[in-house]
Amino acid sequence: MLSALTVGLGLYAGAALLGLAGRRAPSPVYLTAAAAGGVIALAALWRLAAAAEPVAAVLPLGLPWLGAHFRIDALSAFFLLIVNGAAVLISLYALEYGRHDDEPGRVLPFYPAFLAAMNLVLVADDAFIFLVSWELMSVASWLLVLSTPRQPETRPAAFLYLVMASFGTGALLLGFGLLSGGVGSYAFDALRGAALDPTKASILFGLAVIGTGSKAGLVPLHVWLPPAHSAAPSHVSALMSGIMTKVALYGLVRILFDLMGTPPWWWGVVVLMIGGATALMGVLYAVMQHDLKRLLAYHTVENIGIIVIGLGLALAFRANRLDALAGLALVAALLHVFNHAMFKSLLFLGSGAVLVATGERDMEHLGGLIHRMPRTAFVFLIGSVAISALPPFNGFVSEWLTFQAILAGSVLPQWLLKFAVPVVGAMLALSAALAAVCFVKAFGVVFLGRPRTPAAAEAREVSLLMVAPMAGFAAICTLVGIVPILLVDLLRPVTAMLLPGSGTALPESNLLWLIPFGLERSSYSGLTILLAITLLAGVLVVAIHRFASDRARRSPPWDCGFPDPSTETQYTAGSFAQPIRRIFGSTAFAARERVDMPEPGDARAAEFEVTLRDPAWEGIYAPVAGLVSWLADRLNVLQFQTIRRYLSLMFAALVLLLLIVAVSQ
Amino acid sequence: MIAVALEALQLLLVLALAPLLTGIVRQVKARLTAKRGPAPWQPYRDLLRLLRKEVVLAPNASWLFRVSPYLIFTTVWLAAAIVPTFTTGLMVSRTADLIALVALLGTARFALALAGMDVGTSFGGIGSSREMMIASLAEPAMLMVTFTVALLVRSTSLPQIAEFMVTHAVGIRVSLFLGLISLVMVAIAENARIPVDNPATHLELTMVHEAMILEYSGRHLALLEAASMVKLLLYLSLIAAVFLPWGMDIGGFGPRAVAVGLASYAVKLGVGAVLLGVFETSIAKMRVFRLAEFLGGAFLLGILAAIFLYVSQGL
Amino acid sequence: MPALANLSYDTAHVLDTGVLVLSFALLYQRRLFGVIKIYALQALVLAAAAAWQAHAQDAPHLYITAGISLIFKAIVIPIALHRIIVYLNIHRTLETALGIGPTMVVGVALVALSILLVLPVTAASGALTRESLAAALSIVLLGLLMMITRRNAVSQVVGFMSLENGLILAAVGVNGMPLVVELSIAFSVMVAFIIFGIFFFHIRERFDTLDVHDIERFRGERQ
Repeated sequence: MLSALTVGLGLYAGAALLGLAGRRAPSPVYLTAAAAGGVIALAALWRLAAAAEPVAAVLPLGLPWLGAHFRIDALSAFFLLIVNGAAVLISLYALEYGRHDDEPGRVLPFYPAFLAAMNLVLVADDAFIFLVSWELMSVASWLLVLSTPRQPETRPAAFLYLVMASFGTGALLLGFGLLSGGVGSYAFDALRGAALDPTKASILFGLAVIGTGSKAGLVPLHVWLPPAHSAAPSHVSALMSGIMTKVALYGLVRILFDLMGTPPWWWGVVVLMIGGATALMGVLYAVMQHDLKRLLAYHTVENIGIIVIGLGLALAFRANRLDALAGLALVAALLHVFNHAMFKSLLFLGSGAVLVATGERDMEHLGGLIHRMPRTAFVFLIGSVAISALPPFNGFVSEWLTFQAILAGSVLPQWLLKFAVPVVGAMLALSAALAAVCFVKAFGVVFLGRPRTPAAAEAREVSLLMVAPMAGFAAICTLVGIVPILLVDLLRPVTAMLLPGSGTALPESNLLWLIPFGLERSSYSGLTILLAITLLAGVLVVAIHRFASDRARRSPPWDCGFPDPSTETQYTAGSFAQPIRRIFGSTAFAARERVDMPEPGDARAAEFEVTLRDPAWEGIYAPVAGLVSWLADRLNVLQFQTIRRYLSLMFAALVLLLLIVAVSQ
Repeated sequence: MIAVALEALQLLLVLALAPLLTGIVRQVKARLTAKRGPAPWQPYRDLLRLLRKEVVLAPNASWLFRVSPYLIFTTVWLAAAIVPTFTTGLMVSRTADLIALVALLGTARFALALAGMDVGTSFGGIGSSREMMIASLAEPAMLMVTFTVALLVRSTSLPQIAEFMVTHAVGIRVSLFLGLISLVMVAIAENARIPVDNPATHLELTMVHEAMILEYSGRHLALLEAASMVKLLLYLSLIAAVFLPWGMDIGGFGPRAVAVGLASYAVKLGVGAVLLGVFETSIAKMRVFRLAEFLGGAFLLGILAAIFLYVSQGL
Repeated sequence: MPALANLSYDTAHVLDTGVLVLSFALLYQRRLFGVIKIYALQALVLAAAAAWQAHAQDAPHLYITAGISLIFKAIVIPIALHRIIVYLNIHRTLETALGIGPTMVVGVALVALSILLVLPVTAASGALTRESLAAALSIVLLGLLMMITRRNAVSQVVGFMSLENGLILAAVGVNGMPLVVELSIAFSVMVAFIIFGIFFFHIRERFDTLDVHDIERFRGERQ
């Protein structure tokens, strides 16, 4: 495995150098990156399937007295599989997409570096390498976000991203410092065995959640995610949304489950509530968007919330020594990690295809693309159904398992947990239903109906080179949806490693049945359902066409007797979301609608205005930014002093320090 | 062998009884408003008539528009076959538990909403938008009811729930009563019945379900109408299986038990249809934006039921 | 039959939770007549609960409480309020300070809070008492919520009366509580005075005077 990793990383480095070499053609870079990803992904898959022992290595790099520790165990292998498997498909997509870049020199060197940095985070075995790789990942992705400087939204988005990433890394730095301070070494092996007093452990918990959560997009640290993910080019957005957020969650799982031993029960409550709030707020934000990429980015926030709910349940069960149930919750969370990486990448690649074909990202300017771009529409449809957690695709499987874990939460003894679990279950149910609303809107407004602008009416299907990777993601979504045991098998070594007392996860499941506890408790068979639907539908089609009627003719639509040739009378994204905006938005976002109707006889157009306020931004970030500005203004006085004043300041500082030394003697 | 025959019987039974059920509801509503009304088997004639007619498609209707009716009908039919009706021993009832059943109906609704948006008329958009709003509140309410029942029975598998309710002494439980009310409210919303939606309206601006299928005709319309009839039967069977399962055969497949199961199922369906007709006649349709309060009330009852059950189990 | 072995417990449980669910129904109403009807129903269920407790605890004086609740609160007061509203033509749709949806969410949170509070504290008592107290505290909190989120005076009074229903429920739920009947009568008198107060307030608003002499002039009995 280590050799495969070295080869892969070498190939990534090679691709980065090729990009730096200033050549304009994107193919060599992306092909090399795809090869690198393929090598590592296959090795990781083999390692998980064989449930091999962890391998470790120490290299004489970095700090001289520390060295660089690397380690590949089951958890790393699983995330390596996700990162590199998706990287292969995304790089193949970028072969064609990269030709539409205005300035390839800004993207090509940093894309493989970004991938390499993510791989390094996953195999880091000491705090130093972990943090260095984490920062490398942040800087590479920041440079990628900046790769379109001529769009007005890019610079503010990149700036915000840099601030939040630095904040997150700072929190992690403090956390690791706290953890290794008592132990004296940075290596994870040493940190694993360290016993911490409860106060220190709690502070560490908070710092870990803030540090990794800001990168993953937990509410209220999510504000950087939508602007940055929508400003970046589509293949990079797919990487950032689908993959980098998962690497952040890897950090959270590694710290909370591996490095910190048995947690106290209240950590589970905190993580659960944060997860529930993130899921609900994320999907509510998403429903209000009419820019396709921002909608997808906010939706990532929702799915991160769902994963974190699973992690919170696992923590709560573990704290109460119910390791088998913790294993189930962890499997549900990690399964959703995989599933989300797959369908979110698919959806972002699809939005990239739409952007290439029409030049538009705003849903209000699209429409009717199912006729012009049938293959893209088909794979985007599969992605939409998968992300809405509908059978028989993979999104449903992981959400179903999360629900089963929530239902099992009734055995938890602490009263606060007893109440938190059904409340979070209600939030999860609500966000799952709203996700379906979101994607009916997204698919319906973009692909269905009639084209709203000439750009949409004249779109052309993108090349097969871009459709094939999307089809690959769609095929994985379908496969995992109908035979989920394949992925559960790969996850069994991971739960066995992190939760030694949990036994085999989902013991009674097989190719046909997914059974979390036992047949009499709950069961799901995606394959049977798909086969039954296909069979029944086939019989129905044949029977009706044969015995009833198969005639069809085209004619103008009924539209209540007044068919309107203007495409403006269709439902828009904003009008589709109006009921949801009225019901939920008026509390969550203080959504207000204002209609300005002209008097009868006045021929001017009516105006409709919707105002939404972001509670996280106005409640937290705007005041903090205001405070920092105020402080900076006050301290700015120091820039304009005379030489005499500066000298007296230094004199005063010196006298103060001497005083302190004198007094403390 | 017997099991396979009984599974086929269940599949055909739900299909055969659904139009009759809708016919009975319409007949009850007609009689209560001092009309004679069509015969209870009129829906069969309607479906056959529609099946034989030519389909008229808008010029820009896509493949999704043509495929959706088959997909929707098959999904709803399969879901109705999964709910235990006269026996709990069928393996098909285990392929999807209560949560998966809700999600399966969600797939059908997703397809229907997309089909509504396909032609690009404003009425299709109205229907899809309102239908998704109703779904976004009704699904969580249904999941809360599932949560309550699962807390009590320690299972989400439908045959298991039915068996538990029959064999155990459950007693008078407030949580189950609140759960039943919540499920009935959800069923009314999902089946587009008064007070949520009027299935017989011809005023487009008041439509929800009818607006989505406005552009459909011929065999497609027949399939969609049949799907909504089967959905009504599904919800009545669900209420009967979860809250009133007495009379069902508990997995023995003995001929007498199966016969009793079939008879009790027919009785429950009939009583349910009559009650639905009476209820629809006695109340007026709500304004669309009041629906949020109605469904929010169902959601709330579900949460309260779960809380009360938690409390009484925790003592 | 095993299902009926717990009949006593189950019935009391059903009646207590019935009063609580009706408190939620009170919060859901948008029309004044609906509020009064639901309040009458709540008083009726309270009477049934008190009567059942009288039977189960073998405490005949609770029958008097049940009777007061039935006659005074379920019949007399609703009819009186109905008449006041019609006579004084009070505005009949309710304006709320907080939307109905958020009010219900806050209501559920208050129920959870009461349960979290009462159950651990009463660990030594019997199951039925603990549940009655939790339900009663929830009803009191919901009554307060109704008072602060409604802008109409009559609905605020109904909120106060439902709060008082919760207190009576707590009183009858606890085994052997003294002075229950006296409590009921005292509360009823207070409520009657509050209603008179509203009546007079509205009369003064309407006619700018409370002087019966002047009011009789409006009735056409004097010149």
